[in-house]
Amino acid sequence: MSAHTSDSGRSSTVVLDSGDIARALTRITHEIIEKNRGASQVVVLGIPTRGVELGRRVAERMSEVAGHPVPYGSLDITMYRDDLRMKPARALEKTDIPVDLDDRVVVLVDDVLFSGRTIRAALDALNDLGRPRAVQLAVLVDRGHRELPIRADFVGKNLPTSLAEQVKVAVTGLDDRDEVRIVSAPRTADEVVR
Amino acid sequence: MRHLLSTGDLTRDEAVLLLDTAEEMRSVAERPIKKLPTLRGRTVVNLFFEDSTRTRISFEAAAKRLSADVINFAAKGSSVSKGESLKDTALTLQAMGADAVVIRHGASGAPARLARAGWIDSAILNAGDGSHEHPTQALLDAFTMRRHLAPGEQGLDGRRVAIVGDVLHSRVARSNALLLATLGAEVTLVAPPTLMPYGVERWPVDTSYELDPVLAKADAVMMLRVQHERMNAAYFPSAREYSRRYGLDTKRMARLPEHAIVMHPGPMNRGMEISADVADSARSVIVEQVTNGVAVRMAALYLLLSGARETPAPTPEVTSDTTHDTTEGQA
Repeated sequence: MSAHTSDSGRSSTVVLDSGDIARALTRITHEIIEKNRGASQVVVLGIPTRGVELGRRVAERMSEVAGHPVPYGSLDITMYRDDLRMKPARALEKTDIPVDLDDRVVVLVDDVLFSGRTIRAALDALNDLGRPRAVQLAVLVDRGHRELPIRADFVGKNLPTSLAEQVKVAVTGLDDRDEVRIVSAPRTADEVVR
Repeated sequence: MRHLLSTGDLTRDEAVLLLDTAEEMRSVAERPIKKLPTLRGRTVVNLFFEDSTRTRISFEAAAKRLSADVINFAAKGSSVSKGESLKDTALTLQAMGADAVVIRHGASGAPARLARAGWIDSAILNAGDGSHEHPTQALLDAFTMRRHLAPGEQGLDGRRVAIVGDVLHSRVARSNALLLATLGAEVTLVAPPTLMPYGVERWPVDTSYELDPVLAKADAVMMLRVQHERMNAAYFPSAREYSRRYGLDTKRMARLPEHAIVMHPGPMNRGMEISADVADSARSVIVEQVTNGVAVRMAALYLLLSGARETPAPTPEVTSDTTHDTTEGQA
């Protein structure tokens, strides 16, 4: 994932600063409301870890625009991953489903859309939790290189990348600032299994 | 973690990870679909040399909720009753491709023997061995205590737990004493001198022969079952006297602080170590312990089985004192 490691000696470029991220989330918020003709049926579920904070921000903006509270929560996909057998057992993150999902519109929020495998797992997890009327996907960054037929409905920024690069997302609450950076470095073993 | 043999093997971080994982697993029980695909294609064998209904079905429910295949292997009516040794049973399970073996055995140290003898590659989970240990019971007890007494905290630091009754024969007491000490709780064992284990002064606990003074400052009191099947000597003069001095009734329960909880690993002897009205009272968390047992066992199976096998070979030191692989097979 977009974990924070020390980047000594690697070249890194900031592609979105805090102002860019705020504007992107505001635009995504309006797009979600426009597409769904309001927010009354919408539930926002962030995918841990950084998707949860981004989802919270989107839901809060939606509440302001729509004039009523929009429920938000988190959806941990660890137990639905397709690569569980390739690494030691992982700690679980919180799953917090605020309302019954049946016949609602679930907007999944993640920081980076890459292979699409995380979203595949999230769709499986949702399947066990209820039957939403529709599932939509919002991501802060789409970096390409899909391995599955999955696309995002709402994208903060399309970021063409090479596989040798890493996209690092920082959000306040979990990190010390809001920022998206591209780090050019040989892919670590960690990135490969993402 | 490769096996779960003793709570004494767990570091604080590992114990907290197990409890945190169980917390997420518990929420699965409240969903309409109580099933996760996580252990699809894995095989869990329940190898039970001693009768146990609750522990076996708890492990079975846990494995099934994680989508593992479950094979129940009870010693009665199996090849074991025809005299098969633990080694040959293990080789059979290995040949059948068991990914995890949940073992309950009358001999202390049998799970450790299975884990370290090199007969089988599976993860071994101790579901109770002799009067040695019962780690998943201790984990579910700690999990229940943490939910009630220390919500939002990692461990049980400073909480006072009284474990009362037949400590001598109790694998639950030993596993609990070790785990609760790791989690920072202060444990007091309460038992008549005849039922206090040999060498208890080396355990990380206080001891008392009197129940009443301990109750006043206990956050949780755990009543142990009087194990009639192991009472082959006269440990106390009469059931009535035992119940009078060490049983928990309504009058005694009133001495407990307001927030304190009453626990029992089950099966209970109502009227012996615990009175019926105490067992059914609002302070009793005995039924909740059963629910939490499935969650804790799901957590243990998940953490032992879901990931890639850790490569380092298991350490050969055997902590249990009585390891025999010849004691099974008694039909």
